[in-house]
Amino acid sequence: MAEITIQDIIKKENLVYTKSKVMTDATLSYCPGCGHGTAHRLIAEVIEEMDIQSQTVGVCPVGCSVLMYNFLDLDMQQAAHGRAPAVATAIKRLMPEKFVFTYQGDGDLAAIGTAETIHACNRGENIVIIFVNNGIYGMTGGQMAPTTLKGMPSSTCPYGRDIEMMGNPLKMTELVAQLAGTYYVTRQSVHSPRNVRRAKKAIRLAFENQKLKRGVSFVEIVSNCNSGWKLPPVKANEWMEENMFPFYPLGDIKVDGEIVSK
Amino acid sequence: MEKELRLMKGNEAIAEAAIRSGADAYFGYPITPQSEVIEYLMAEKPHERTGMVVLQAESEVAAINMVYGAAGCGRMAMTSSSSPGVSLKQEGISYIAGAELPCLIVNVVRAGPGLGTIQPAQSDYFQSTKGGGHGDYRLIVLAPASVQEMYDFVELGFELAFKYRNPVMIQSDGIIGQMMEKVVIGPQKQRRTPEEIIKQCPWATVGKPTTRERNIITSLDLVAAKQEEFNLKLIKKYKEVKENEVRYELINTEDADYILVAYGSSARLSMKAMDLLRAKGIKVGILRLITLYPYPTKIIGELTKKVKGFLAVEMSAGQMVEDLQLAVQFKKPVAHFGRLGGVIPAPEEIVEALEQKIIGG
Amino acid sequence: MAKIRGAILVDVEACKGCGVCIPACPQDVLDLAKEVNGKGYNYSYMKNPEACIGCANCAIVCPDGVISVYKVKVA
Repeated sequence: MAEITIQDIIKKENLVYTKSKVMTDATLSYCPGCGHGTAHRLIAEVIEEMDIQSQTVGVCPVGCSVLMYNFLDLDMQQAAHGRAPAVATAIKRLMPEKFVFTYQGDGDLAAIGTAETIHACNRGENIVIIFVNNGIYGMTGGQMAPTTLKGMPSSTCPYGRDIEMMGNPLKMTELVAQLAGTYYVTRQSVHSPRNVRRAKKAIRLAFENQKLKRGVSFVEIVSNCNSGWKLPPVKANEWMEENMFPFYPLGDIKVDGEIVSK
Repeated sequence: MEKELRLMKGNEAIAEAAIRSGADAYFGYPITPQSEVIEYLMAEKPHERTGMVVLQAESEVAAINMVYGAAGCGRMAMTSSSSPGVSLKQEGISYIAGAELPCLIVNVVRAGPGLGTIQPAQSDYFQSTKGGGHGDYRLIVLAPASVQEMYDFVELGFELAFKYRNPVMIQSDGIIGQMMEKVVIGPQKQRRTPEEIIKQCPWATVGKPTTRERNIITSLDLVAAKQEEFNLKLIKKYKEVKENEVRYELINTEDADYILVAYGSSARLSMKAMDLLRAKGIKVGILRLITLYPYPTKIIGELTKKVKGFLAVEMSAGQMVEDLQLAVQFKKPVAHFGRLGGVIPAPEEIVEALEQKIIGG
Repeated sequence: MAKIRGAILVDVEACKGCGVCIPACPQDVLDLAKEVNGKGYNYSYMKNPEACIGCANCAIVCPDGVISVYKVKVA
């Protein structure tokens, strides 16, 4: 058996995986280990594989991913805080043949933008909504989010979320699944290879659904916030499995317009 | 030949003008006294007439953000509301100005503050002309004084919005919105094709082809020096607007000793007051503002040299009068007269105000 | 019997040293370097390159997309 060197393997013809061409060369502004980068890349890969770069318009939110337009090589609009579903509604209504998606964090989608989210979902706009839920406000420095877990500390609930005082964490994804205008609702994560592969399939299905004109495809990605949670990246992912997933269980909630899980 | 005459409400004229000017989209939320705009549009089925998108949003906030999304695609998009609703839209308007997007916003003003009343007022002048939302920006503000102008200013508004990539506001009021007058209706203009839109708006987000860099609609710049550079660019644009777009009407000012400065409904009321004053032998003229921003500072400077005093007539506690004061620079007496809270002043009250505050004062 | 050999190429300067790739690797190939890159991060590298099978697990979990994966069949 002939000896083979690393240089022999690292050749163009042997390439099996590299960053999508729909990503730009800009360095991501996210903290080390942040799931936003992985979620961005999956969207880029789906768009590249479906060959719809020239037909896609994205809407980014206010929050950590406000600068998403620097990282995806797409025409994009940056919406005011929480308003991405309204912005996307108009883009899609005026250009029904294009693929339109929003990318929103938990503060953007489930707090300040609750009305826009619910009504875009209820109208059944033919858009994809990607909802990244890390249970905290990352960009502003780790404040409580609508999705912060019971007892989970943040800079505005430093002794943990007190349900009596601060109310309950909001399961927005289960809520939108109840609306007649949503066609596909799922909850995924991007912290392990298996979950990344599943999340990508979900995003692909969401974009494919847009061709059917049957309403909103809503993909929640439960993610980490190492800085906000004050944990190193790998530990944060473990904490997420132990604490976030029991309350925000992964899997499909609504498929082809039918509820498949409660 | 294709022109036709119709009897219409001001609000209906706005709606018909939107369809006929080839607008691509209207997004709104009902509020008195302007709900006829969306009611008329829905009844007219513009999606069948021209393919125009009309959508009743869940709130004024959503409506203005839909305008943002549509305008970001280079589309001719508009919204309309009345004072409390326009307050809700201010965040979106600031973003639209910050992203340099063209759009048309109609405010059929009612009295405030707060929920106020549904009767007409002109108490949103500060909000329309001084910014309204956060940050250093301006709207181009048109003030129609007739149903015909409600109709005409829709097309003019879109024209200015695209010329300067800036939001344009039509500041009307409950009288002009609700009253019926004859209107000359123009021919139906074709909506622009997607290709024409790309040509006119190369910045529009319509999907990135391989032949150009990606287009980004945003109002964000995290580098202070770059943000300042952008602010200076806006200031330069507003200077250009001030130089080129001042619009007003002079009525009987040639021999006038006194000038009533007014816009919209107040200008109509001032016409009658002028007749009453002239019948008494007092030489009064009117400066009717058509653009509230840019303000006609230059012509006021010229009039200041010739006349004995000015009376600002506006249905507010005295908002536009501040710009008048600045333009007159204390060289001649300036006073304000207005009724508030939705009360419409009688021409006789305007006569009395001029006599007491300026002639006698 | 055909054997699969893989290798990865890390964009060292873009790597933020989060280490998420390390537990993702079924072959225990990866570790963070003792050296740091220009940004001061201990970047990811193959400490055990012989074991790499080119499965791309590391690359697909990399939040910054800094890993390219190569694979060959060797006789």
